[in-house]
Amino acid sequence: MTLAVPTICFYLPCLLIFTLFAVYAERKMAAFIQNRLGPMEVGYQGLLQTMADVLKLLQKESIIPTAADKRLFVIAPAWIFTTVIAAFAVLPVTDSWSGAPTTTGVLYSLALVSFKGLGMLVAGWASNNKYARLGALRTIAQFISYEVPLGLSILGVILVSQTLDLQIISSQQGIWGPNIQPTHFLGIRQIDVSQWGGVFAWNIFRMPCLVLGYMIFFIASLAACHRAPFDLPEAESELIGGFHTEYTGLWWAWIMLAEYSLMLLMSLLGTVLFLGSWNTPFPNVGFLKLALWTSGQPGTWAGSLWAIFWLFTKAMLIILVKMWIRWTFPRLRFDQLMHLCWFYLNPAALLILLMTVWFQLLIL
Amino acid sequence: MLYLRNYTKIICQSMMTLWESLQLTWQHLLTRSQRHPAVAIMQEDYFSQQQGGVTLQYPHQQLPVPERGRYKLHNEIDNCIVCDKCVQACPVDCITIAPIRSPTPIGTTSNGMTKRIYAAQFDIDMAKCCFCGLCTTVCPTGCLTMTSEYDFSVFDFLEHKISFAKMTPQEIAEKKQTWARYIAPK
Repeated sequence: MTLAVPTICFYLPCLLIFTLFAVYAERKMAAFIQNRLGPMEVGYQGLLQTMADVLKLLQKESIIPTAADKRLFVIAPAWIFTTVIAAFAVLPVTDSWSGAPTTTGVLYSLALVSFKGLGMLVAGWASNNKYARLGALRTIAQFISYEVPLGLSILGVILVSQTLDLQIISSQQGIWGPNIQPTHFLGIRQIDVSQWGGVFAWNIFRMPCLVLGYMIFFIASLAACHRAPFDLPEAESELIGGFHTEYTGLWWAWIMLAEYSLMLLMSLLGTVLFLGSWNTPFPNVGFLKLALWTSGQPGTWAGSLWAIFWLFTKAMLIILVKMWIRWTFPRLRFDQLMHLCWFYLNPAALLILLMTVWFQLLIL
Repeated sequence: MLYLRNYTKIICQSMMTLWESLQLTWQHLLTRSQRHPAVAIMQEDYFSQQQGGVTLQYPHQQLPVPERGRYKLHNEIDNCIVCDKCVQACPVDCITIAPIRSPTPIGTTSNGMTKRIYAAQFDIDMAKCCFCGLCTTVCPTGCLTMTSEYDFSVFDFLEHKISFAKMTPQEIAEKKQTWARYIAPK
């Protein structure tokens, strides 16, 4: 089942549905953590609350402030939204349905995520509002800082897989890979896990410290999506809404959709790069062919459905953790944010990269 | 060296405290499903609800209130002798009474007092009421009471003026005429 349809045709509707339910899940989770009920009135247990909110947003007036830079103000939401959507183009969906056939998929998606940050600067700047401008400045400072550990942690994976193509990185982490080279467990040359599959073949276990690398990627991705505790650009208690203070109605909805899309993008990227992409987490152990039983042959319907199932289960679990973190930790002060990045994440990411290089040399 | 030790100590400490706080919120997430039924303070297990959701979905769920609540006023007009004591006791003047005297006794109340006055009008404006309960303490027949009904919000605050008198305009005119005819010879 090789599809000629671009994967964006799958991801675009998927995004809209995801956002509807993610907002609901986020509100419910916040409520449960705070011993509340959350939305209860619209639909069964408030399931249709987000739909009602979207309908409300559609009817709202789109106001352009008098002092705003009108052209940029209108362009910014579209800019933010399209860059995030475009970043989805290289993500694979199943083993036979890969994203756009580029050899630089990782670089491309990271570049577009940074480009989205620029869109946020434009949004904040064009609003001509002190809160929006402060939010925009914070966004850029945060982006520039956190791109470094994000890139460094990804570089570890690139070293192991020796490619920037997300589909090849995916297939290396399972039993269905092209097996150009044997997969080593924790960087030990004697253990070849390419026939075991499961968690052993995932990138986090292919080198001794890539688990830590994933943790750094996770923290940096929280900052890149500006989710709490790194939500300084939109800190509602001090900056009202940060860079999107002046946006109303549908424009605000675009920005919100882009925020949730970016969260999904970062979770999917983390899954593809570190957590075995669309491969099953169960390994083949002896006569228990768990990996074979929980994933179909590539190219078949069963294989594709299993692949989608595993990819999205992992991504949703990561998003669950991100929401859990959001409602647990307080927001960092700005100097603490910078301190965490430059004094802890960057040195650690560099150290992990060096260790990965060392182990990679040992294997070769 | 000292710097490095401090550095690792900070990392370990923050990891541990972050994990602790995550566990705390996860506990809340799990125990939230223990929803409390609407337990009022007079019930015994009121103070034993330490965990779980506490939200009362107000219009759908209501906390039970004591039977002798001091909320909305009620006048049992058949028992009322129209003595005007409640009007005088009221500190905010929310009770309005229009009495019509009768030449003959018109009945007895439940505690044996004789009724001699008709109530053409007995209005209590709950919008003005300060819920002090003074009117109920001075009532000689105990016909004016406070009930446990507290949920009586309305769209127009004029609706808060509750009329207890049951007489029709025709009856009022008739009784007035009777009294006028009775006092006319004197």
